[in-house]
Amino acid sequence: MLSQALQFFFSGLTSGAIYALAAIGFTIIYNSSGVINFAQGEFIMVGGVVAVMLTDAGVPLPLAIAIAVAVAGIVGLLLEKLAIEPAGNAEVVTLIIITIGASIFIQGVVQVVFGKGQRALPPFTGDKPILFGSASLLPQSLWMIGTGALIVLMLAWFFGRTRLGKAVLATAHNRLAAQLVGINTRHVLAVSFVLSALVGGVAGVVSAPITLTSYDTGIMVGLKGFVAATLGGLGSGAGAVVGGLILGLMEALVAGYVSSAYKDAVPFVLIILILFFMPRGLFGERVTERV
Amino acid sequence: MSLLAVEALSKSFGGVHAVQDLSFEIEQGKIHSIIGPNGAGKTTVFNLLTGLYKPSTGRVVFDGEEVTGRDAHELARRGMSRTFQNLQICFNMSAVENVMVGAHLRLDQRLLGCMLRLPAVKRGDTRCRDEAVELMHFAGVGKYAGAEAHAMPYGALKRLEIARALAARPRLLLLDEPAAGLNPTETHEIDELIQKVAASGTTVVLVEHDMRLVMGISDHILVLDYGRKLAEGSAREVRANPEVIAAYLGTLSESQER
Amino acid sequence: MLITAAVIALLPLALPNNYYYDVAIRIGMNAAMVVGLNLLIGYAGQISLGHAGFVGLGGYASAILTSRYGWPPVAAMLLAMACVGAIAFLVARPILRLRGHYLAMATLGLGIIIYMVLVNESSLTGGNDGMQVPPFTLFGATLANERAWYWATGAVLLVAIWVANNIVDSPLGRALRALHGSEVAAQVAGVDTTRYKVRVFVVSAVFASVVGSMMAHYVGFITPQVSGFFHSIELVTMVVVGGMASTYGAVVGAAILTMLPQVLSRFEGYEMIAFGAILMLTMIFLPRGLLPTIAARWRRS
Repeated sequence: MLSQALQFFFSGLTSGAIYALAAIGFTIIYNSSGVINFAQGEFIMVGGVVAVMLTDAGVPLPLAIAIAVAVAGIVGLLLEKLAIEPAGNAEVVTLIIITIGASIFIQGVVQVVFGKGQRALPPFTGDKPILFGSASLLPQSLWMIGTGALIVLMLAWFFGRTRLGKAVLATAHNRLAAQLVGINTRHVLAVSFVLSALVGGVAGVVSAPITLTSYDTGIMVGLKGFVAATLGGLGSGAGAVVGGLILGLMEALVAGYVSSAYKDAVPFVLIILILFFMPRGLFGERVTERV
Repeated sequence: MSLLAVEALSKSFGGVHAVQDLSFEIEQGKIHSIIGPNGAGKTTVFNLLTGLYKPSTGRVVFDGEEVTGRDAHELARRGMSRTFQNLQICFNMSAVENVMVGAHLRLDQRLLGCMLRLPAVKRGDTRCRDEAVELMHFAGVGKYAGAEAHAMPYGALKRLEIARALAARPRLLLLDEPAAGLNPTETHEIDELIQKVAASGTTVVLVEHDMRLVMGISDHILVLDYGRKLAEGSAREVRANPEVIAAYLGTLSESQER
Repeated sequence: MLITAAVIALLPLALPNNYYYDVAIRIGMNAAMVVGLNLLIGYAGQISLGHAGFVGLGGYASAILTSRYGWPPVAAMLLAMACVGAIAFLVARPILRLRGHYLAMATLGLGIIIYMVLVNESSLTGGNDGMQVPPFTLFGATLANERAWYWATGAVLLVAIWVANNIVDSPLGRALRALHGSEVAAQVAGVDTTRYKVRVFVVSAVFASVVGSMMAHYVGFITPQVSGFFHSIELVTMVVVGGMASTYGAVVGAAILTMLPQVLSRFEGYEMIAFGAILMLTMIFLPRGLLPTIAARWRRS
């Protein structure tokens, strides 16, 4: 009974870590540009797919991981430079469709290069489960949870301590004021896309051994990341992390105790219910519109 | 009897008191002004009266009925109408259509009638369009009757908003800085327009910085400072009030010098 | 309106065979649906990323009622409309209080939930494998071939355009456009903005339901994919590519995005790349959509 609950907790935490990383990616880009990047899931997918391709081609795992994350970062940079920047101050719907177009485009490219099949990355440190009573935890799960925690800490340091990080935050807060104090906000935009893509790439790499990867795995993770970000209140970094973990745990609990068929519906039911009662998510600020 | 009574109205935003313990009355058929330095809470008062903000405490009584916290569209139904300091024009529509929106409540808006374009809906719409054009002439923007809203200059848009507010045939019309950003000639025209509106029996409440305009046309003036009532009375009384002079003199003399 | 009728009447002269009829029918059906969705997105300015959910509900309601319960297709279609309208009405009020990305999120979630219900309730829907749908009959006559379907679709499209244009040019439509242009201005003019958003949401959901039913009968088969996220995106894209707040833009958008996959199928394997690229390029260079951009150019010269 207890070990079963522990088992669900482990699996919830594992997927929650990935959702949290996806949600952080959304949040970084949303804060600096106001864009909801529907291609966020593709960063994750690209990270996983590139790592798999390279290891299959005989590249040692650590090098493959590094290259895969870098490729994701480059995809993020290209997305910003080639699709978001030229669009200028387009309407929200337009920007949403641009990022969806980008998402389809990236999937198309990967499908051509990688094929349609599903493949897995070898686990980083073996696949012998660690036992806690009768509950077990894959070493790769530890990698996922640990990496997630590490990234959160690194981002907190980046935004709290570094000049560039503060510039990004300032731009998020008030773009015009940031420009006036000499921050290159265009540069900041590019930085935030790259950063978000790097986070996505890492998430893709560490999760690829467990979730498998193919050209179309990005959509669902991306959408769930969006749910997690919204759950926490768009724009809140801590909210994104908490939102992601809640999502992962809820999913695992429903899958375990209620119905595994409807596991994927959990995030969406949850978010709709929450928005019904809290139109700005759990931690979203209350704003009064100025007229 | 007063048309509108405000009792101990307060509104705070996250600990900041924008309006505090404010009471005043608006009398039927007169021109009232609310003045005060920037940030005194004038626009907040308008937003509270018209239902865009919900008051933290206090009561608003309109035409003998308590309406505190009602939604904006309900207050419109009861006869309130307003313009905005920073224009709220629908730039996705033509000028006439903007004015026609003002007449919304008097038209047949039932779904089926609109879907099938029943003759009654069509007739009502045609009449409404004619009236809207007339109102635009009344407000002095008749020459833009065929224009798109986004093609109109700032001064004309201010008056287009007044025309839209009048299209509702309000009993209480609240004008938020109708002369802001206008040159002296345009200000003078707005002055005349407001007097015409008041003469037709509509009660007017004005938030305005142009002191010459305010002092010239107001029957009653309410002075706000830091969200509180500083003084009220006729133009002469307010001008002679030492507290008003102390708090406000700088701004007052500046704008009179203009 | 007359031009559209003329195009529909004369188009068969240019359609050499059933394949082209089939494409024309699909365009017509999508156009009718997108004309409705444009009322919500283009005119009222409220995004829906889950509209395919209503297409799926309409289609499956027709499919289930006719094939499992032996209902006449017209009755099934009407009941589907009523049910979809009722469901849309129930969820609309809480959902449409939301704005911007939160609204996008909630509608997206709604669509995905509907999709998952259709996949998982396989005893009723056949699950991922889909289900057969009997042909459409009306007063004993069956819409048996492409030509019959073509005229039926044309008629439905004309009615859809007529109704949409009526709504746009009515007090209701002005209220919708006003709340898009300035929500507070609409409110102080007496527009109960939430109520109007709900109304247009329901209307566009019913449009989607009708076309969902028709498509199910026309194709003779239905799978949960009709309500999938990607289909929702396709519908929104049709609205935006053609031109927001333009009924004929919606028709053009539907035509382009229905034909695009047919054209792109020649580039086997590269369809997604081409589709994504076209989507991005159109939105970057013609953010207002095709028809309004062309109209603006034409007016200037």
